[in-house]
Amino acid sequence: MRLFLKLLARNRLAVFGAAVLGVIVIVVLLVPLLPLADPDVTSTGDRFQRPFSAGHPLGTDHLGRDLLSRLLWGTRLSLAVGFAAAVIAGTIGAGIGVIAGYFGGRVDNVIMRGVDMLMAFPYILLALAIVAALGPGLMNALIAVAAVNVPFFARNIRGITVGIAHREFVDAARLSGMGHGRILLSEIVPNVLPVVVIAMSTTIGWMILETAGLSFLGLGSQPPHTSVVPGVMILLIVMSINLLGDGVRDALDPRLRSGALSRPMAATLVDRDTVPDAQGPGLLAIDGLRTEFRVGPRLYKAVGGVSLSLAPGECVGLIGESGSGKSVTALSVMGLVASPPGVITGGAVRLEGEDLIGAPYARLRSLRGDRVAYIFQDPLATLHPLYRVGDQLAEAIRVHHAVSREAAAARAVKLLADVRIPNPEARARAFPHELSGGMRQRVGIAMALANEPEIIIADEPTTALDVTVQAQILSLLDDLRRERGLAILFITHDFGVVGQLCDRVAVMYAGRIVEEGRTEEVLASPAHPYTKRLIACVPELGGGRRWLEAIPGLPPAVDSLPEGCAFAPRCAKADDACRTGEIALAGDGRKVRCLKPEVVA
Amino acid sequence: MTLALKTEDLAKTFPVGKPLFGPPKALVHAVRPTNLAVAEGETLGIVGESGCGKSTLARMLVGLLQPTSGRIEIGGRALDRADPAAFGRLIQYVFQDPVSSLNPRKTIRQIMEMPLVRLHGMDRAARAARIAEIFDWVSLRPEFLDRYPHEFSGGQAQRIGIARALAASPRILILDEPVSALDVSVQAQVLNLLADLKAELGLTYLFISHDLAVVEAVSDRIAVLYFGSVVETGPAESVFAAPRHPYTKLLADSAPVVGRPLGGAAEGELPDPLNPPPGCAFAGRCARATELCRRERPMLDQIEGDQFAACHHPIPA
Repeated sequence: MRLFLKLLARNRLAVFGAAVLGVIVIVVLLVPLLPLADPDVTSTGDRFQRPFSAGHPLGTDHLGRDLLSRLLWGTRLSLAVGFAAAVIAGTIGAGIGVIAGYFGGRVDNVIMRGVDMLMAFPYILLALAIVAALGPGLMNALIAVAAVNVPFFARNIRGITVGIAHREFVDAARLSGMGHGRILLSEIVPNVLPVVVIAMSTTIGWMILETAGLSFLGLGSQPPHTSVVPGVMILLIVMSINLLGDGVRDALDPRLRSGALSRPMAATLVDRDTVPDAQGPGLLAIDGLRTEFRVGPRLYKAVGGVSLSLAPGECVGLIGESGSGKSVTALSVMGLVASPPGVITGGAVRLEGEDLIGAPYARLRSLRGDRVAYIFQDPLATLHPLYRVGDQLAEAIRVHHAVSREAAAARAVKLLADVRIPNPEARARAFPHELSGGMRQRVGIAMALANEPEIIIADEPTTALDVTVQAQILSLLDDLRRERGLAILFITHDFGVVGQLCDRVAVMYAGRIVEEGRTEEVLASPAHPYTKRLIACVPELGGGRRWLEAIPGLPPAVDSLPEGCAFAPRCAKADDACRTGEIALAGDGRKVRCLKPEVVA
Repeated sequence: MTLALKTEDLAKTFPVGKPLFGPPKALVHAVRPTNLAVAEGETLGIVGESGCGKSTLARMLVGLLQPTSGRIEIGGRALDRADPAAFGRLIQYVFQDPVSSLNPRKTIRQIMEMPLVRLHGMDRAARAARIAEIFDWVSLRPEFLDRYPHEFSGGQAQRIGIARALAASPRILILDEPVSALDVSVQAQVLNLLADLKAELGLTYLFISHDLAVVEAVSDRIAVLYFGSVVETGPAESVFAAPRHPYTKLLADSAPVVGRPLGGAAEGELPDPLNPPPGCAFAGRCARATELCRRERPMLDQIEGDQFAACHHPIPA
């Protein structure tokens, strides 16, 4: 709640709207107590007095009634009507939406087709028809305005309910013995309520406008006010409600919680004091890389000084659990970490000696996809759903190379054939959703290969795939790297995959590399206690029924790392020395960050 | 051996593209007639890749889905109508995604009390005692009860999910990918907890997973599903060590194992469910397939001892 108010307070327009609305609401609440003339007392002698005349600050109307008093009483009425209409429409509409969305199938079909019919009428025409049938009057105008808004709520809430009704906790509630009514009331409604309230707050203004519109046509509040001052009042109310409503909606949007009110920047922010000196050769050399996320007062040290090098044709595995910083390391290489909140605060990433951290965006852009390409976990999210895969591949080629459209298209088909997609000419014309998960990941690999890069950074490329498809993709990557001399940085959490594909492996824990070495050596005789225990956790096929060695506890949060070794709280061998000071990644070739390694590196 | 759970020709067919009136355009056989038997105290592992029907099968077994045909017997009693409340006391479900299986707007206490009230009609004091007992089993601290689900890590949330399932006092637990959303170090904690609970409470498990090594580590027997049918069943120690069905062999060979060279993975994918092949669904990817396989669907047959395979040309031992 405090966070919500803080986010809301950042939006100046919303604060302004809230202030205006607050003043109006306080004034109209105090109306009965204010020394105002009775709004309905006519005195024909005082007709059409000018504003600022004695006793009538805003003058009088054609029947001699005090306009200020009428304005304030009218505002009170308008706000009440708008609020009542929104509550009525919201309640009925949400009720219909929740029922349609929860039961689905035929119930949904019948209800939503009925709602569609209501929506098929032009809005104001429907309201006019309802008022015409019921007769003019404020109450009937309210009913009409509420009725025409029911479909808006019904459709909105149905969509949200469909999403919630298929969530697992609803199934769990059914298995706990709850009936439909109880599930609707205690599982579904509390979860859609915030949306209903937000939708209401954004529609009250709209409803006041509609009621005013009907009044203007002589069908609502009788007789009509037709002067400038009430118009200004309506403008103020509607504008303030809409500004506040928009502010509320934005503040509740989870995407804004992370601290970003705008789109992420094209390259990660860099804020580093010193640049480490260039070290030995290597195609790609990551040196002391630090990447942080600055979210409000919190500082998440996602990557806390990672050094790693990649030689031509080499496959290096980066292994770790979720939150260990392996993906952030990979994304930092080409400045792809979203900023805000991500900031690179130290270290260097050198591609054949050229430092990429802090390189101009134009330079990064010319390298991205050309010399260093990425493969991501979910190809459905990385491929554009509305373009054919062949066209997307051709586009990737034409961004970096001035070739004709035909040549690029031909190369796209060749690439699809290279990643062993059967019938590549036909598949080039397919949309991403028409391909299976394995085929899509092949397209993702083809995309990465499009400009013959020297380095591919693969971020959990097979995690979302079935085992048989995973095996196909892994052997494809292995073949490609041998054929083309590709260097691969392979990020995964699976030791089996690393063991089959990678020459070297680096193990990450809490943002730092804790062990590094040749894959077979690390897997056969892990030196860091974390590596050793992590390997023991993972059952391997062919081992039969067995008890697994679990690691007690959880990895530390990267915004409150302990001093010394981050693994010490979970480590059986830890003593006081482990909990103080900096522990270096020691060793040459085979490196380990531990005071008491399992084997001497 | 008493049977805890038995299915007879249990099948589920989904209509595709059904208009408001009239028959659907096509039918998808998500689960073809399936016969399974699970003995009391046994863990049956069910493996298969995405789209093989393992979740549909599990949802039918707990009454969340009405079967199209066939019957389910739990503890010798037939349960025909899909009514999760009737199933709930006998068989419970542990979900894959621990966080989304807990209502974000309820406290853990409210979540835990629901099955005790609705299924067992316990009063307040009895509920408190029972929750304390269950929390002790799954090693959760009592102060967690007044917190909301988003305050927990994946591993803790999965313990809460298991505690909720145990609150119904079922004899059978269906574990639908219970550890695949968890990190490996936490995965082992939850698997060990499940093994302890089973030994202590004499539970029967149906353990569904796509991870062969995990299934092999926890199961007594394993059933392999492909394209909606059971293609092989047998003891855990022999199904992947000596597979008889070519698909089981492909699965076992595809699993990443340290030290085994890459390769050997057959190309090819699942058949189109809207247009299934007439014979064996695996024939298109199978090196041993013959004309017979493409014409006639093989039935699940005893190969040797306790090992069954649905194959015209099973792999010799």
